[in-house]
Amino acid sequence: MRKSFLLAVLLISIAMISYAQDENDSLLNELNDNNTATLKNENVIATFKATRIIDGSSVENLGAGVLDFRINHRFGDLSQGVHNTFGLDNATTKLSLDYGVTKWLMVGVGHSALNNEDDGLLKAKILKQKEKGLPLTLSYGGYISIQTTPAPSLPSGDTWKFSNRLYYANQLLIARKFNDWFSLQLMPTIVHYNGVDSSKFSNNTIAVGIGGRVKVSKRIAITSEYYYRATNADLLYVGQTTYNALSIGIDIETGGHVFQLVFTNSQGLSERSFIGQTTDSWSKGNIHFGFNISRVFTVVKPKEFRNLKEN
Amino acid sequence: MKKLILIGVIMISSTASFAQNYITRTGKIIFNATSKKSPEKIEGINNEVANILDTRTGKIVFQVLIKSFKFEKELMQEHFNENYMESNKYPKADFKGNITNINEVNFSKDGVYSIKTAGQLTIHGITSDVTIPGTLTVKGNTITAKAQFSILLKDYKIEIPSLVSDKVSNEATITIESNLNQK
Repeated sequence: MRKSFLLAVLLISIAMISYAQDENDSLLNELNDNNTATLKNENVIATFKATRIIDGSSVENLGAGVLDFRINHRFGDLSQGVHNTFGLDNATTKLSLDYGVTKWLMVGVGHSALNNEDDGLLKAKILKQKEKGLPLTLSYGGYISIQTTPAPSLPSGDTWKFSNRLYYANQLLIARKFNDWFSLQLMPTIVHYNGVDSSKFSNNTIAVGIGGRVKVSKRIAITSEYYYRATNADLLYVGQTTYNALSIGIDIETGGHVFQLVFTNSQGLSERSFIGQTTDSWSKGNIHFGFNISRVFTVVKPKEFRNLKEN
Repeated sequence: MKKLILIGVIMISSTASFAQNYITRTGKIIFNATSKKSPEKIEGINNEVANILDTRTGKIVFQVLIKSFKFEKELMQEHFNENYMESNKYPKADFKGNITNINEVNFSKDGVYSIKTAGQLTIHGITSDVTIPGTLTVKGNTITAKAQFSILLKDYKIEIPSLVSDKVSNEATITIESNLNQK
Protein backbone atom coordinates (compact mmCIF):
# COMPACT_ATOMS: atom_id res chain seq x y z
CA MET A 1 0.00 0.00 0.00
CA ARG A 2 2.69 2.40 1.00
CA LYS A 3 4.79 1.55 -2.06
CA SER A 4 1.94 1.96 -4.49
CA PHE A 5 0.99 5.24 -2.81
CA LEU A 6 4.50 6.62 -3.26
CA LEU A 7 4.58 5.40 -6.83
CA ALA A 8 1.25 7.08 -7.54
CA VAL A 9 2.44 10.36 -6.01
CA LEU A 10 5.62 10.16 -8.07
CA LEU A 11 3.73 9.47 -11.30
CA ILE A 12 1.25 12.25 -10.68
CA SER A 13 4.06 14.67 -9.86
CA ILE A 14 5.88 13.81 -13.08
CA ALA A 15 2.68 14.17 -15.05
CA MET A 16 2.05 17.49 -13.35
CA ILE A 17 5.50 18.86 -14.12
CA SER A 18 5.51 17.74 -17.71
CA TYR A 19 1.98 19.04 -18.16
CA ALA A 20 2.91 22.44 -16.82
CA GLN A 21 6.08 22.46 -18.91
CA ASP A 22 4.24 21.46 -22.06
CA GLU A 23 1.62 24.09 -21.61
CA ASN A 24 4.18 26.79 -21.08
CA ASP A 25 6.17 25.79 -24.15
CA SER A 26 3.10 25.42 -26.30
CA LEU A 27 1.99 28.89 -25.26
CA LEU A 28 5.33 30.34 -26.29
CA ASN A 29 5.14 28.44 -29.54
CA GLU A 30 1.68 29.80 -30.09
CA LEU A 31 2.97 33.35 -29.73
CA ASN A 32 5.66 32.48 -32.22
CA ASP A 33 3.39 30.74 -34.73
CA ASN A 34 0.92 33.56 -34.69
CA ASN A 35 3.61 36.15 -35.32
CA THR A 36 5.26 34.04 -38.00
CA ALA A 37 1.93 33.78 -39.82
CA THR A 38 1.56 37.57 -39.63
CA LEU A 39 5.09 38.00 -40.97
CA LYS A 40 4.42 35.88 -44.04
CA ASN A 41 1.53 38.16 -44.88
CA GLU A 42 3.52 41.36 -44.52
CA ASN A 43 3.69 43.64 -47.52
CA VAL A 44 7.12 44.14 -48.96
CA ILE A 45 8.24 47.69 -48.26
CA ALA A 46 10.57 50.13 -50.03
CA THR A 47 10.72 48.57 -53.49
CA PHE A 48 11.94 52.00 -54.58
CA LYS A 49 13.04 55.01 -52.54
CA ALA A 50 10.67 57.54 -54.05
CA THR A 51 7.41 57.78 -55.96
CA ARG A 52 9.43 58.35 -59.16
CA ILE A 53 12.23 56.10 -60.37
CA ILE A 54 13.76 59.06 -62.21
CA ASP A 55 11.36 60.79 -64.61
CA GLY A 56 8.53 58.29 -64.52
CA SER A 57 6.53 56.72 -61.73
CA SER A 58 7.62 53.89 -59.49
CA VAL A 59 5.14 51.59 -57.74
CA GLU A 60 5.71 53.47 -54.51
CA ASN A 61 2.79 55.49 -53.18
CA LEU A 62 2.82 58.15 -50.52
CA GLY A 63 1.37 57.08 -47.19
CA ALA A 64 -2.14 58.24 -46.32
CA GLY A 65 -2.07 61.88 -45.29
CA VAL A 66 1.45 62.51 -46.59
CA LEU A 67 2.23 65.49 -48.84
CA ASP A 68 5.30 65.38 -51.07
CA PHE A 69 6.82 68.57 -52.48
CA ARG A 70 9.12 67.81 -55.39
CA ILE A 71 11.57 70.00 -57.26
CA ASN A 72 12.79 68.38 -60.46
CA HIS A 73 15.53 70.26 -62.22
CA ARG A 74 17.19 69.47 -65.57
CA PHE A 75 20.11 71.47 -66.85
CA GLY A 76 20.75 72.10 -70.53
CA ASP A 77 22.66 69.88 -72.90
CA LEU A 78 26.21 69.09 -71.67
CA SER A 79 27.58 68.67 -75.21
CA GLN A 80 27.29 72.34 -76.08
CA GLY A 81 30.30 73.08 -73.90
CA VAL A 82 31.04 76.69 -73.08
CA HIS A 83 28.20 77.95 -75.28
CA ASN A 84 25.77 77.23 -72.50
CA THR A 85 28.32 76.76 -69.68
CA PHE A 86 28.08 72.97 -69.99
CA GLY A 87 24.35 73.00 -69.57
CA LEU A 88 24.07 75.40 -66.65
CA ASP A 89 22.15 77.77 -68.90
CA ASN A 90 18.88 76.63 -70.47
CA ALA A 91 17.86 74.79 -67.36
CA THR A 92 14.27 73.80 -66.79
CA THR A 93 12.33 72.94 -63.68
CA LYS A 94 9.19 71.10 -62.71
CA LEU A 95 7.53 71.74 -59.38
CA SER A 96 4.99 69.27 -58.12
CA LEU A 97 2.81 68.49 -55.15
CA ASP A 98 1.64 64.94 -54.56
CA TYR A 99 -0.68 63.75 -51.84
CA GLY A 100 -1.52 60.32 -50.44
CA VAL A 101 -5.31 60.16 -50.13
CA THR A 102 -5.32 56.61 -48.81
CA LYS A 103 -2.70 53.91 -48.51
CA TRP A 104 -3.43 52.87 -52.10
CA LEU A 105 -4.44 56.09 -53.85
CA MET A 106 -2.22 59.07 -54.60
CA VAL A 107 -2.95 62.21 -56.60
CA GLY A 108 -0.71 65.03 -57.74
CA VAL A 109 -0.39 68.24 -59.68
CA GLY A 110 2.68 69.75 -61.28
CA HIS A 111 3.97 72.52 -63.43
CA SER A 112 6.87 72.21 -65.88
CA ALA A 113 8.64 75.29 -67.18
CA LEU A 114 9.47 73.39 -70.38
CA ASN A 115 6.55 73.91 -72.83
CA ASN A 116 4.61 75.59 -70.02
CA GLU A 117 2.91 72.41 -69.05
CA ASP A 118 0.47 71.78 -66.22
CA ASP A 119 -0.21 68.19 -65.33
CA GLY A 120 -2.15 65.96 -63.01
CA LEU A 121 -1.62 62.38 -61.96
CA LEU A 122 -3.45 59.61 -60.23
CA LYS A 123 -1.74 56.45 -59.04
CA ALA A 124 -3.49 53.47 -57.49
CA LYS A 125 -2.00 50.36 -55.98
CA ILE A 126 -3.84 47.25 -57.16
CA LEU A 127 -1.72 44.39 -55.83
CA LYS A 128 1.02 44.38 -53.21
CA GLN A 129 4.00 42.07 -53.14
CA LYS A 130 4.02 39.93 -49.97
CA GLU A 131 6.96 38.56 -48.01
CA LYS A 132 5.70 35.06 -48.74
CA GLY A 133 3.13 34.75 -51.49
CA LEU A 134 2.29 37.30 -54.13
CA PRO A 135 5.57 37.92 -56.00
CA LEU A 136 4.93 41.40 -57.40
CA THR A 137 3.33 44.77 -56.93
CA LEU A 138 0.92 46.14 -59.52
CA SER A 139 -0.14 49.76 -59.80
CA TYR A 140 -1.98 51.90 -62.29
CA GLY A 141 -0.80 55.37 -63.24
CA GLY A 142 -2.96 57.88 -65.12
CA TYR A 143 -1.72 61.26 -66.33
CA ILE A 144 -3.17 64.28 -68.09
CA SER A 145 -1.47 67.50 -69.11
CA ILE A 146 -2.19 70.83 -70.74
CA GLN A 147 0.39 72.75 -72.69
CA THR A 148 -0.11 76.48 -72.27
CA THR A 149 2.45 77.78 -74.76
CA PRO A 150 1.08 80.23 -77.41
CA ALA A 151 -0.57 78.58 -80.41
CA PRO A 152 1.73 77.96 -83.38
CA SER A 153 1.20 80.12 -86.49
CA LEU A 154 -1.29 78.31 -88.70
CA PRO A 155 -2.54 78.90 -92.23
CA SER A 156 -5.44 81.38 -92.18
CA GLY A 157 -8.75 79.72 -91.57
CA ASP A 158 -7.27 77.05 -89.28
CA THR A 159 -7.77 77.31 -85.57
CA TRP A 160 -5.59 75.74 -82.87
CA LYS A 161 -8.09 73.84 -80.86
CA PHE A 162 -7.79 73.66 -77.08
CA SER A 163 -7.87 69.88 -77.27
CA ASN A 164 -4.61 69.99 -79.25
CA ARG A 165 -2.94 71.08 -76.04
CA LEU A 166 -3.96 67.98 -74.16
CA TYR A 167 -2.36 64.61 -73.73
CA TYR A 168 -3.22 61.57 -71.70
CA ALA A 169 -1.14 58.66 -70.57
CA ASN A 170 -2.11 55.39 -68.95
CA GLN A 171 0.33 52.88 -67.63
CA LEU A 172 0.63 49.76 -65.57
CA LEU A 173 3.52 49.55 -63.15
CA ILE A 174 4.63 46.00 -62.44
CA ALA A 175 7.44 45.72 -59.93
CA ARG A 176 9.24 43.12 -57.92
CA LYS A 177 11.69 43.62 -55.08
CA PHE A 178 13.96 40.62 -55.54
CA ASN A 179 15.96 41.25 -52.39
CA ASP A 180 17.08 44.13 -50.19
CA TRP A 181 19.31 45.60 -52.86
CA PHE A 182 17.65 44.83 -56.19
CA SER A 183 14.24 45.89 -57.54
CA LEU A 184 12.95 45.80 -61.11
CA GLN A 185 9.90 47.39 -62.71
CA LEU A 186 8.13 47.11 -66.09
CA MET A 187 5.83 49.84 -67.35
CA PRO A 188 3.60 49.12 -70.37
CA THR A 189 2.31 52.56 -71.34
CA ILE A 190 0.02 54.25 -73.86
CA VAL A 191 0.49 57.97 -74.43
CA HIS A 192 -2.26 59.71 -76.37
CA TYR A 193 -1.27 62.91 -78.18
CA ASN A 194 -4.15 64.99 -79.43
CA GLY A 195 -2.08 67.31 -81.58
CA VAL A 196 -0.23 65.09 -84.09
CA ASP A 197 -0.23 65.05 -87.87
CA SER A 198 -2.77 62.25 -88.09
CA SER A 199 -2.19 61.72 -91.81
CA LYS A 200 1.27 60.32 -90.97
CA PHE A 201 1.16 59.23 -87.36
CA SER A 202 -1.12 57.61 -84.87
CA ASN A 203 -2.27 59.62 -81.89
CA ASN A 204 -1.24 56.78 -79.64
CA THR A 205 2.31 55.86 -78.78
CA ILE A 206 2.69 52.47 -77.21
CA ALA A 207 5.80 52.16 -75.08
CA VAL A 208 7.28 49.74 -72.59
CA GLY A 209 9.44 51.11 -69.85
CA ILE A 210 11.92 49.21 -67.73
CA GLY A 211 13.35 50.60 -64.55
CA GLY A 212 15.50 49.29 -61.77
CA ARG A 213 17.29 50.01 -58.56
CA VAL A 214 20.49 48.61 -57.12
CA LYS A 215 21.24 49.64 -53.56
CA VAL A 216 24.93 50.16 -52.95
CA SER A 217 24.61 51.09 -49.28
CA LYS A 218 21.82 51.62 -46.76
CA ARG A 219 21.15 55.12 -48.05
CA ILE A 220 22.51 55.20 -51.58
CA ALA A 221 21.07 53.48 -54.62
CA ILE A 222 21.78 53.54 -58.33
CA THR A 223 18.70 53.73 -60.53
CA SER A 224 17.99 53.52 -64.20
CA GLU A 225 14.97 53.93 -66.41
CA TYR A 226 14.41 53.35 -70.14
CA TYR A 227 11.28 53.77 -72.23
CA TYR A 228 11.19 51.78 -75.49
CA ARG A 229 8.56 52.92 -77.99
CA ALA A 230 6.95 49.98 -79.74
CA THR A 231 4.95 52.24 -82.09
CA ASN A 232 5.28 55.81 -83.34
CA ALA A 233 9.06 55.77 -82.79
CA ASP A 234 9.46 57.92 -85.92
CA LEU A 235 7.15 60.61 -84.54
CA LEU A 236 8.63 64.06 -85.07
CA TYR A 237 8.47 66.72 -82.40
CA VAL A 238 8.58 70.29 -83.70
CA GLY A 239 10.22 68.89 -86.82
CA GLN A 240 12.96 67.01 -84.95
CA THR A 241 13.74 63.32 -84.72
CA THR A 242 12.76 61.79 -81.39
CA TYR A 243 14.67 59.19 -79.35
CA ASN A 244 13.86 56.74 -76.59
CA ALA A 245 14.53 58.21 -73.17
CA LEU A 246 17.27 56.68 -71.03
CA SER A 247 18.09 57.99 -67.58
CA ILE A 248 20.63 56.93 -64.99
CA GLY A 249 20.54 58.27 -61.46
CA ILE A 250 21.75 58.05 -57.90
CA ASP A 251 19.28 58.18 -54.98
CA ILE A 252 20.62 59.64 -51.76
CA GLU A 253 18.47 59.58 -48.67
CA THR A 254 18.85 61.91 -45.71
CA GLY A 255 16.08 61.94 -43.13
CA GLY A 256 12.97 63.51 -44.65
CA HIS A 257 14.62 64.19 -48.03
CA VAL A 258 15.41 62.03 -51.01
CA PHE A 259 17.90 63.52 -53.47
CA GLN A 260 18.09 62.02 -56.91
CA LEU A 261 21.01 63.02 -59.12
CA VAL A 262 20.39 62.09 -62.74
CA PHE A 263 21.88 61.97 -66.21
CA THR A 264 19.33 61.76 -68.98
CA ASN A 265 18.81 62.52 -72.66
CA SER A 266 15.34 63.86 -71.87
CA GLN A 267 14.87 67.35 -70.58
CA GLY A 268 11.12 66.88 -70.33
CA LEU A 269 9.61 65.79 -67.03
CA SER A 270 6.12 64.68 -67.97
CA GLU A 271 5.17 61.36 -69.57
CA ARG A 272 4.20 63.26 -72.71
CA SER A 273 7.62 64.73 -73.18
CA PHE A 274 10.05 62.08 -71.98
CA ILE A 275 8.33 59.11 -73.61
CA GLY A 276 7.47 60.53 -77.02
CA GLN A 277 9.09 63.92 -77.37
CA THR A 278 12.72 63.43 -76.39
CA THR A 279 14.79 65.09 -79.12
CA ASP A 280 18.23 64.53 -77.62
CA SER A 281 20.26 61.38 -77.86
CA TRP A 282 22.95 59.75 -75.73
CA SER A 283 24.93 58.72 -78.83
CA LYS A 284 25.31 62.36 -79.87
CA GLY A 285 26.29 63.34 -76.35
CA ASN A 286 23.13 65.41 -75.75
CA ILE A 287 23.03 64.54 -72.09
CA HIS A 288 21.37 66.57 -69.36
CA PHE A 289 22.44 66.59 -65.76
CA GLY A 290 19.71 67.17 -63.22
CA PHE A 291 18.33 66.46 -59.79
CA ASN A 292 15.06 65.70 -58.05
CA ILE A 293 14.49 66.75 -54.48
CA SER A 294 11.60 65.31 -52.56
CA ARG A 295 10.50 66.59 -49.17
CA VAL A 296 7.59 64.91 -47.40
CA PHE A 297 5.25 66.40 -44.82
CA THR A 298 2.73 64.53 -42.70
CA VAL A 299 -0.55 66.39 -43.05
CA VAL A 300 -2.86 63.88 -41.40
CA LYS A 301 -1.32 61.94 -38.52
CA PRO A 302 -1.74 58.15 -38.34
CA LYS A 303 -4.48 57.11 -35.90
CA GLU A 304 -1.99 55.96 -33.26
CA PHE A 305 -0.79 59.54 -32.87
CA ARG A 306 -4.03 61.51 -33.06
CA ASN A 307 -5.01 61.39 -29.42
CA LEU A 308 -1.54 61.62 -27.92
CA LYS A 309 -0.72 64.44 -25.59
CA GLU A 310 2.31 66.47 -26.63
CA ASN A 311 5.14 65.87 -24.21
CA MET B 1 -7.05 3.42 -1.63
CA LYS B 2 -9.77 5.99 -1.09
CA LYS B 3 -7.16 8.24 0.44
CA LEU B 4 -4.98 7.79 -2.62
CA ILE B 5 -7.75 8.78 -5.00
CA LEU B 6 -8.51 11.78 -2.84
CA ILE B 7 -4.87 12.87 -2.89
CA GLY B 8 -4.78 12.31 -6.64
CA VAL B 9 -7.88 14.43 -7.17
CA ILE B 10 -6.54 17.21 -4.96
CA MET B 11 -3.23 17.19 -6.80
CA ILE B 12 -4.75 17.28 -10.27
CA SER B 13 -7.19 20.01 -9.34
CA SER B 14 -4.42 22.03 -7.73
CA THR B 15 -2.31 21.61 -10.89
CA ALA B 16 -5.14 23.03 -12.92
CA SER B 17 -5.52 25.97 -10.59
CA PHE B 18 -1.77 26.52 -10.50
CA ALA B 19 -1.35 26.69 -14.26
CA GLN B 20 -2.32 30.34 -14.45
CA ASN B 21 -1.48 31.78 -17.79
CA TYR B 22 -2.35 35.34 -18.60
CA ILE B 23 -2.08 36.42 -22.19
CA THR B 24 -2.57 39.36 -24.57
CA ARG B 25 -1.81 40.13 -28.19
CA THR B 26 -2.63 43.79 -28.00
CA GLY B 27 -0.01 45.04 -25.58
CA LYS B 28 1.62 48.38 -26.24
CA ILE B 29 5.27 49.32 -26.61
CA ILE B 30 6.50 52.85 -27.29
CA PHE B 31 9.98 53.26 -28.70
CA ASN B 32 11.46 56.72 -28.32
CA ALA B 33 14.87 57.79 -29.63
CA THR B 34 14.27 61.54 -29.73
CA SER B 35 17.35 63.52 -28.76
CA LYS B 36 17.52 67.15 -27.65
CA LYS B 37 18.63 68.15 -31.13
CA SER B 38 16.07 66.05 -33.02
CA PRO B 39 14.10 68.28 -35.38
CA GLU B 40 11.13 65.97 -34.99
CA LYS B 41 9.88 63.38 -32.55
CA ILE B 42 11.40 59.97 -33.21
CA GLU B 43 8.77 57.78 -31.68
CA GLY B 44 7.16 54.53 -32.73
CA ILE B 45 4.10 52.90 -31.22
CA ASN B 46 3.32 49.22 -31.43
CA ASN B 47 -0.15 48.10 -30.35
CA GLU B 48 0.28 44.47 -31.33
CA VAL B 49 2.62 43.22 -28.63
CA ALA B 50 2.18 39.58 -27.62
CA ASN B 51 2.75 38.90 -23.94
CA ILE B 52 2.34 35.84 -21.73
CA LEU B 53 2.69 35.68 -17.96
CA ASP B 54 2.61 32.52 -15.91
CA THR B 55 1.57 33.69 -12.47
CA ARG B 56 2.58 30.36 -10.95
CA THR B 57 6.23 30.41 -12.02
CA GLY B 58 6.68 34.12 -12.74
CA LYS B 59 7.80 33.32 -16.24
CA ILE B 60 7.09 36.26 -18.55
CA VAL B 61 7.54 36.57 -22.31
CA PHE B 62 7.09 39.51 -24.66
CA GLN B 63 7.28 39.23 -28.40
CA VAL B 64 6.89 42.01 -30.95
CA LEU B 65 7.05 42.36 -34.73
CA ILE B 66 9.27 45.26 -35.73
CA LYS B 67 7.09 46.07 -38.73
CA SER B 68 4.12 46.69 -36.45
CA PHE B 69 5.73 49.86 -35.08
CA LYS B 70 3.85 52.87 -36.41
CA PHE B 71 5.52 56.25 -36.74
CA GLU B 72 3.94 59.63 -37.24
CA LYS B 73 6.06 60.05 -40.38
CA GLU B 74 5.69 57.29 -42.93
CA LEU B 75 9.23 57.85 -44.20
CA MET B 76 10.62 57.55 -40.67
CA GLN B 77 8.82 54.23 -40.31
CA GLU B 78 10.41 53.04 -43.55
CA HIS B 79 13.87 54.10 -42.39
CA PHE B 80 13.32 52.48 -38.99
CA ASN B 81 12.57 49.18 -40.72
CA GLU B 82 14.96 49.38 -43.65
CA ASN B 83 18.05 51.07 -42.27
CA TYR B 84 18.07 50.81 -38.49
CA MET B 85 16.24 47.67 -37.36
CA GLU B 86 16.66 45.77 -40.65
CA SER B 87 13.31 44.14 -40.03
CA ASN B 88 13.59 41.86 -43.06
CA LYS B 89 16.60 40.18 -41.48
CA TYR B 90 15.43 40.53 -37.87
CA PRO B 91 11.63 40.60 -37.95
CA LYS B 92 11.04 40.11 -34.21
CA ALA B 93 12.26 41.41 -30.91
CA ASP B 94 11.54 39.53 -27.71
CA PHE B 95 12.11 39.32 -24.00
CA LYS B 96 12.11 36.01 -22.14
CA GLY B 97 12.50 36.27 -18.43
CA ASN B 98 11.38 35.59 -14.90
CA ILE B 99 9.84 37.79 -12.29
CA THR B 100 12.37 37.21 -9.52
CA ASN B 101 10.11 38.40 -6.70
CA ILE B 102 6.93 36.68 -7.88
CA ASN B 103 6.28 35.53 -4.30
CA GLU B 104 5.63 39.13 -3.29
CA VAL B 105 2.73 39.42 -5.72
CA ASN B 106 -0.66 38.36 -4.41
CA PHE B 107 -2.72 37.67 -7.51
CA SER B 108 -5.91 37.21 -5.52
CA LYS B 109 -5.71 40.73 -4.09
CA ASP B 110 -6.16 43.90 -6.12
CA GLY B 111 -3.22 46.27 -5.97
CA VAL B 112 -0.06 47.57 -7.56
CA TYR B 113 3.01 45.39 -7.03
CA SER B 114 6.59 46.35 -7.83
CA ILE B 115 8.41 43.59 -9.65
CA LYS B 116 11.91 42.82 -10.81
CA THR B 117 12.46 40.80 -13.95
CA ALA B 118 15.62 39.18 -15.20
CA GLY B 119 16.02 37.59 -18.59
CA GLN B 120 17.20 37.85 -22.16
CA LEU B 121 16.28 40.75 -24.41
CA THR B 122 16.75 40.16 -28.14
CA ILE B 123 16.67 43.13 -30.50
CA HIS B 124 18.16 43.36 -33.99
CA GLY B 125 19.37 39.75 -33.65
CA ILE B 126 21.49 40.52 -30.56
CA THR B 127 20.62 38.87 -27.25
CA SER B 128 21.75 40.32 -23.96
CA ASP B 129 21.00 39.65 -20.30
CA VAL B 130 19.00 42.42 -18.70
CA THR B 131 17.17 43.16 -15.48
CA ILE B 132 14.11 45.33 -15.86
CA PRO B 133 12.04 46.74 -13.02
CA GLY B 134 8.33 47.25 -13.50
CA THR B 135 4.91 46.94 -11.92
CA LEU B 136 2.05 44.50 -12.04
CA THR B 137 -1.38 45.91 -11.35
CA VAL B 138 -3.89 43.28 -10.33
CA LYS B 139 -7.51 44.26 -10.76
CA GLY B 140 -10.08 41.53 -10.70
CA ASN B 141 -9.27 39.12 -13.50
CA THR B 142 -6.89 41.39 -15.40
CA ILE B 143 -3.23 42.05 -14.77
CA THR B 144 -1.53 45.12 -16.20
CA ALA B 145 2.21 44.85 -16.72
CA LYS B 146 4.12 48.12 -17.00
CA ALA B 147 7.79 48.91 -17.40
CA GLN B 148 10.04 51.62 -18.69
CA PHE B 149 13.73 51.21 -19.40
CA SER B 150 16.48 52.43 -21.69
CA ILE B 151 18.72 50.58 -24.07
CA LEU B 152 21.90 51.73 -25.76
CA LEU B 153 21.39 51.30 -29.49
CA LYS B 154 25.03 50.33 -29.97
CA ASP B 155 24.58 47.38 -27.58
CA TYR B 156 22.25 45.92 -30.20
CA LYS B 157 24.43 46.96 -33.16
CA ILE B 158 21.86 49.46 -34.40
CA GLU B 159 23.99 51.92 -36.31
CA ILE B 160 23.30 55.63 -36.48
CA PRO B 161 24.98 57.20 -39.50
CA SER B 162 27.32 60.10 -38.65
CA LEU B 163 25.19 62.46 -40.76
CA VAL B 164 22.30 62.24 -38.29
CA SER B 165 24.24 61.26 -35.16
CA ASP B 166 23.18 64.37 -33.25
CA LYS B 167 19.57 64.07 -34.39
CA VAL B 168 18.94 60.54 -33.18
CA SER B 169 19.54 59.69 -29.53
CA ASN B 170 22.02 56.86 -28.97
CA GLU B 171 19.78 55.68 -26.17
CA ALA B 172 16.21 54.61 -26.73
CA THR B 173 13.50 54.63 -24.10
CA ILE B 174 11.17 51.65 -24.22
CA THR B 175 7.79 51.94 -22.50
CA ILE B 176 5.66 48.86 -22.07
CA GLU B 177 2.06 48.51 -21.05
CA SER B 178 0.02 45.39 -21.52
CA ASN B 179 -3.33 44.28 -20.15
CA LEU B 180 -3.31 40.55 -19.63
CA ASN B 181 -6.34 38.36 -19.32
CA GLN B 182 -6.55 34.83 -18.04
CA LYS B 183 -6.37 32.33 -20.86
